[in-house]
Amino acid sequence: MLLCLLPTAGVQAGDLAGAGALAADVFGFEVRTLPPLAVPDATFDARRGQHDSSLVLATALDLCPPDATRLLVLTGLDLAIPMLTFVFGQAQLDGRGAIVSLARLRPEFYGLPPAPAVLAERLRKEVLHELGHTCGLVHCTDQGCAMSLSVNIVFIDRKKARLCRDCGARLAARLETMRRGADPAEE
Amino acid sequence: MNSRWRILVVDDEVAMRESLAAWLREDAYAVDIAASGREAVAMAAETAYDIYFIDLKMPPGINGIETMMEIRKRQPDATVVIVTAYATVDTAISAIKEGAQEYMVKPCNPEEISIFVQRVIRLKSLERENTYLRRRLSRRYSFQDIISKNPKMQAVFELVRRVAGQRSTVLIQGASGTGKELVARALHQAGGRASRPFVGLSCAALAETLLESELFGHERGAFTGAVARKRGKFELAGDGTIFLDEIGDIPPKLQLDLLRVLQERRYFRLGGSEEIVMEARVVAATNRDLLAAVESGEFREDLYYRLNVINIQLPTLRERREDIPLLVDAFIGRLAIEAGRPVRGIAKDALKLLLDHDWPGNVRELENAVERAVVTASGDILEAGDFDFLARAARTSERWEVPDGLSLDEIEKRAVEAVLARTGGNIKAAAEILGIDRSTLYMKIRKYEIPR
Ligand SMILES: [Zn+2]
Ligand SMILES: [Zn+2]
Repeated sequence: MLLCLLPTAGVQAGDLAGAGALAADVFGFEVRTLPPLAVPDATFDARRGQHDSSLVLATALDLCPPDATRLLVLTGLDLAIPMLTFVFGQAQLDGRGAIVSLARLRPEFYGLPPAPAVLAERLRKEVLHELGHTCGLVHCTDQGCAMSLSVNIVFIDRKKARLCRDCGARLAARLETMRRGADPAEE
Repeated sequence: MNSRWRILVVDDEVAMRESLAAWLREDAYAVDIAASGREAVAMAAETAYDIYFIDLKMPPGINGIETMMEIRKRQPDATVVIVTAYATVDTAISAIKEGAQEYMVKPCNPEEISIFVQRVIRLKSLERENTYLRRRLSRRYSFQDIISKNPKMQAVFELVRRVAGQRSTVLIQGASGTGKELVARALHQAGGRASRPFVGLSCAALAETLLESELFGHERGAFTGAVARKRGKFELAGDGTIFLDEIGDIPPKLQLDLLRVLQERRYFRLGGSEEIVMEARVVAATNRDLLAAVESGEFREDLYYRLNVINIQLPTLRERREDIPLLVDAFIGRLAIEAGRPVRGIAKDALKLLLDHDWPGNVRELENAVERAVVTASGDILEAGDFDFLARAARTSERWEVPDGLSLDEIEKRAVEAVLARTGGNIKAAAEILGIDRSTLYMKIRKYEIPR
């Protein structure tokens, strides 16, 4: 099962390595990193100074190689959807694509000094969360579980970069069917 | 799981409705989208959503406030959130005045919307819990498929429980629509015969010779037209139950035949020489005063006593008015699903109207009335107006004639009305008379807004 990792300009090699390692360890994906995506201007909302995460993800999916089971976009851009002031990331529930933004994971965004270890840990949580959605997992009420909903950075820091037992079992079952070649996301 | 909670996102902007719906789906809500107020109102008529997110500005057609008012008319319990791009005090106030629970300015903070949705769902869960408790209560008062907390009916349940396992003949007496067949089935089920046949036959509907062959079966050539051997109801019932409804209407010759079967528990097929043993339990029912029929010589006294080994008398609905709320609740629960309508309950004044009604047709008439109201109601709560037809049926029903100058639609509408009046609102019977299936009839009733 192939996961294509698609960075936009400004994403560091270390960020990609961290995301790729999680996808390989937890999901068992074979990871291939694609050349960086040039994000079209049309995805930018000048009034809000943010990019529309649905549009960026749609653009990326158009470029995704057909043999990829999943596509994960990693971006430094600040993302939002029309209804919400921001999103940390977005995924197609039971679908193929997911996107995670580093913008609001960086301590600098909150006026704090850079902290690479903190950023790496937050990124692992969000990659696990969004890829979890693509495998059919929905939000979990366990606040320590990576699948719990994070509406601000405190929520992200409160949870761990792993799944609770229920979500873990659900993911294992789903990965098992995917390995046997049946993936609802492809239908 | 949250997936039971249904949300409708209404917005003319595709990016807006798609992305909000996707975000909510991650929380496991069942989310649908509508691109206009009209579409939303149409969808709300089919599905009772728990929460509606409605964009205020939606040209062309009906705007957000109007959409909300339309939806609230049908579903007073629904939670409506009005979404707008600009915060203006005026629109906020008018939205809240018209019944919006919340007013959100987009873009809004994920925390705000998430907390709001969770709060609404928590409240709605409590409401559901209450409904569930009410249903449990109705189960406490139910025996097999019969629901009652009336002392007379409770005594009937007790008797049924006691004699269900026996083979003695049972005579059930009660006015039409009081549930005689249900009691017969309860006897069958509770007596451990559930896996064996339950065979029913209405003795009033058939001519004497036909009834005879229906009951006992016949051999090939037993009479003209008997081209093959046919097994009778007694035989088909095996060691289960045979339910003879309207036993008071069987002709004298058959009364004698039946008496013999009950005495000897064996009989012959018509034209047959092979003796057949009758193993079924016989349950008979009638809405006539059989003792009076015995006195006037219409019904054999010996057969009467053979049948009346165990006697069950069913009260009329008038005698058990306290059951009306329980029954209505149970009927709504079942019929709303069968008819695919978003009805969840009944308003107080509507229930009062039902409590005051005379119900000459008893529980069956009540069920028919609820069914008709469920099909035609515009909201998710049955209102007094949904039962207008009860008052109209009470007035004399005119004969229907085809006046000149009517469109085909108008004629169809009147035909449906006339048949419904004749069947006392019984959808199933009306559909049979009209030769269409029930869902088609439902459609026509809605199309022509018949009870209104
Ligand atoms: Zn999520
Ligand atoms: Zn979990």
